[in-house]
Amino acid sequence: MTLLECKNLTKKYGKHTALNDISLQIDGGHIIGLLGPNGSGKTTLIKLITGLLCPTAGSVYVKEEPIGPASKNLISYLPDHSYLNGNLKVREIIDFFADFYEDFDSLRAYDMMAKLQINPCQKLKTLSKGAQEKVQLILVMSRHASLYILDEPLAGVDPAARDYILDTILSNYDEDSSILISTHLISDIENILDGVIFIKDGLLHTHALVDELREQDRKSIDTIFREVFKC
Amino acid sequence: MPWNLDSDRPIFIQIIEKIQMDIISGQYAPGDKLPSVRELAQEASVNPNTMQKALSELERTGLVYSQRTSGRYITEDTAMIAELKSTLAKDIVTQFLDKMFRLGIPEEEVIPFISKIIEGDDHDTVRM
Repeated sequence: MTLLECKNLTKKYGKHTALNDISLQIDGGHIIGLLGPNGSGKTTLIKLITGLLCPTAGSVYVKEEPIGPASKNLISYLPDHSYLNGNLKVREIIDFFADFYEDFDSLRAYDMMAKLQINPCQKLKTLSKGAQEKVQLILVMSRHASLYILDEPLAGVDPAARDYILDTILSNYDEDSSILISTHLISDIENILDGVIFIKDGLLHTHALVDELREQDRKSIDTIFREVFKC
Repeated sequence: MPWNLDSDRPIFIQIIEKIQMDIISGQYAPGDKLPSVRELAQEASVNPNTMQKALSELERTGLVYSQRTSGRYITEDTAMIAELKSTLAKDIVTQFLDKMFRLGIPEEEVIPFISKIIEGDDHDTVRM
């Protein structure tokens, strides 16, 4: 079943076209990398899917629902900036999420916090940058959503914790849900991806299965990316 | 501990190779039950779909079979495992010979060379 469908999506900021006529479909049960250089339109695409921006033209459907309260219920979104109140303790934020989202699993959240040695009684702002990012990712992955959208989930996290987080992502998503991950750390995540979307200058450049790309080019996704987006 | 996989070759092919190796080396005995797709995917740090694809391929070759409800098992056909072993061994020897020929070592010197190394008499190997 089609989980996400973007039809002829275009977004203009004034005269600047950030996304130009993007059409794509994502089915359930996949982990897709959304890759592109800075300013290529990744975050714009994500904001259109999550309903934070309105498209200039085209439309987005999540499980055949147009963007709105119903679609937002299906999507668990990790933005590229934190929106959490730093004065709250981690456990207060967990309660907040449990209140806010029906599909939030507090036990899962506490379990992951413990594994990453985050003290739930600490205030968010007293945690290190990496630990704050971990908290946000844990909150997002503790929902039983249909589509997880992670915008740069690994940027501030050390390589050892990165492995644990990837493991967390792999073990915590339901078989019918999909994950869309935007990142620059391609080599760290490419083995857990099964599909990849390249965006170049607001246009859809490639949407393919990673093993097919590897077979075709005999190169890693990281290398292919560097070639496609060579400056 | 994630499996040691290269990023520049299709992952599902490398998974097939790794499981074949585990079968040949006796890590998995004939008739053993394989862990679930999800468990294997997590162990290898790969996408469950990729693991699924590798296992389907192993199933297609007959090395692995699935019992409708209880999971996947290693074949009990020991002849098939032996055959796979000799196929892989042949590949290794072919690659080895290719490298030896590229070094300029003629065919008739290859066997004596190997024998010397097996006998542990590798002081002479420098003086070919």
